[in-house]
Amino acid sequence: MTLTSIIFAGILTYFTRMTMIALISRDMLGDKIKAVLEYVPSAVFPAIIFPGIFINDFGTFIEINDPKIFGALVAVIVGYFSKNIIATILAGLVSYWFLIFVVFN
Amino acid sequence: MLSKKQLFTRGMLDISPHMLSVIPFGIICGAIGVELGFHPYLVYTMSFIIFGGASQIVFLQLLSGGASSLVAVASVGIINSRHLLYGAVLSEYLEKLSFIKKLLISYIVVDQGFAESNKFFKKNRGEEFLHYHLIGTGCTMWVCWQIATLSGIVLGSFVPEELGLKFAIPLTFIAIVVQDLKKLDHVIVMITCGLSSLLFFDAPFKSYIIISPLIALFVAALLLRLKK
Repeated sequence: MTLTSIIFAGILTYFTRMTMIALISRDMLGDKIKAVLEYVPSAVFPAIIFPGIFINDFGTFIEINDPKIFGALVAVIVGYFSKNIIATILAGLVSYWFLIFVVFN
Repeated sequence: MLSKKQLFTRGMLDISPHMLSVIPFGIICGAIGVELGFHPYLVYTMSFIIFGGASQIVFLQLLSGGASSLVAVASVGIINSRHLLYGAVLSEYLEKLSFIKKLLISYIVVDQGFAESNKFFKKNRGEEFLHYHLIGTGCTMWVCWQIATLSGIVLGSFVPEELGLKFAIPLTFIAIVVQDLKKLDHVIVMITCGLSSLLFFDAPFKSYIIISPLIALFVAALLLRLKK
């Protein structure tokens, strides 16, 4: 039963990946649409970033002094100047840990 | 002109820093599935059949919370519908591939792989075997995801929960978009998407994940019109 659902979910997911790559030819998209598609990373990833920071495991908003906000800010600053993915992730995590284990403890 | 092997390796290298967040998240995903009471075999099957991080957790949480399988399947489809946008962007670079190759390569398109390969594609349009970069990012992601979820399933959540490693996921995506903060139009699009995602967070079927990008792309279209 669950396996059948997993298979359906898998097929559906595969179709989301495949449809635009295999079934749509590039000529079907006009220049205007192509120009808008340049913004896809900036238009999609904040929908993963914002809830990951501002909404907790219980689906409610975090407090304004939540360590995650500070961690994210540090990550943005370090990422902006270092242009380094590992430095960005570590800076965010370490500053977050510093707050929850050292300051707020 | 880079060889297929060089492009593949470059793809692997470009995505590997993201494994810092993907591997802990995979372990958590595997462990949560077993904790929720699902058979380990089923939890692993998802990594293979669905192969889509957050959607796998949501799927199991919904089912264990008593939701119907229809709701669970629909939610996975909606969460993963963002791949339609990735595909639309990538299609430009994958145009020349045969239909079969397009079908095969589609299976390994993931968020981070799309992000890194798209950056590479933009800078190296002239390369003949460009898609090998995407195969490199996708395969690296696939192998790490299988190993990570599997070890979470077998060993349980050996990543201490206090570390809050789920927070590494937003951080990994910050690393992807942070350089675009230099461009005002991109900043506006990002803020639109981010605020919309918070506003629509409670929308049914986790649909905020596709509603907010669509709103942001609409704003992007308006900005393009203003620019002219």
